[in-house]
Amino acid sequence: MIRVLYFASLRDQAGCESEDVDAAGSSAADLYATLATRHGFVLPRDRLRVAVDGEFADWDASLADGVELAFIPPVSGG
Amino acid sequence: MSGTAAFALSEAPIDGDALRARLLDPAAGGFACFEGWVRNSHAGRAVVALDYQAYPALAVREGTRVVEEALARFEILHALCVHRTGALAIGETAVWVGVSAAHRDGAFQACRWILDVVKARVPIWKNEHYRDGGSGWIHPEQ
Repeated sequence: MIRVLYFASLRDQAGCESEDVDAAGSSAADLYATLATRHGFVLPRDRLRVAVDGEFADWDASLADGVELAFIPPVSGG
Repeated sequence: MSGTAAFALSEAPIDGDALRARLLDPAAGGFACFEGWVRNSHAGRAVVALDYQAYPALAVREGTRVVEEALARFEILHALCVHRTGALAIGETAVWVGVSAAHRDGAFQACRWILDVVKARVPIWKNEHYRDGGSGWIHPEQ
């Protein structure tokens, strides 16, 4: 299982802070496409970054079972 | 470089005096500080309150990298940055940056740079609540 974390508008659209998905072995890019369809995310992937286990990661790397993945929408601190 | 370089998130109001005290150094000739405050408007719309959300594990890691990069890049002694999370009222301090240095140029430059880079890189998001109803997460185009 992959634990997926949502923030900001993605959290509102998903209706949850996180969820576990059966996606080990797929890429973060493929997982975003699947979840964007399921939850109706409006942000295109090229406006996001992805993090795995609390560090920025590559969209194309294969996701190991048990990792925590976060989709990072454009940030607006300050 | 062996000065203090730290970044933190805070759910509680930011105590600027306490942060300033951590930057004191006999070798310092001064200190530059920027406080970002919650403003009552955005793009012409009246704002009544804000929420900030963060991804704490990565925000602290990335924010610390930004402040450490500033320590390596500029002629400064110490640098700190603290960003609020949770619900904030108009006028509250949302972000605090402080830099001490032997001379003013490094302090001013590093203070500005840290704020700019934190805003661009650290996973923190602002949700604005508008007087005319509704709210919106801010996701800048760039």
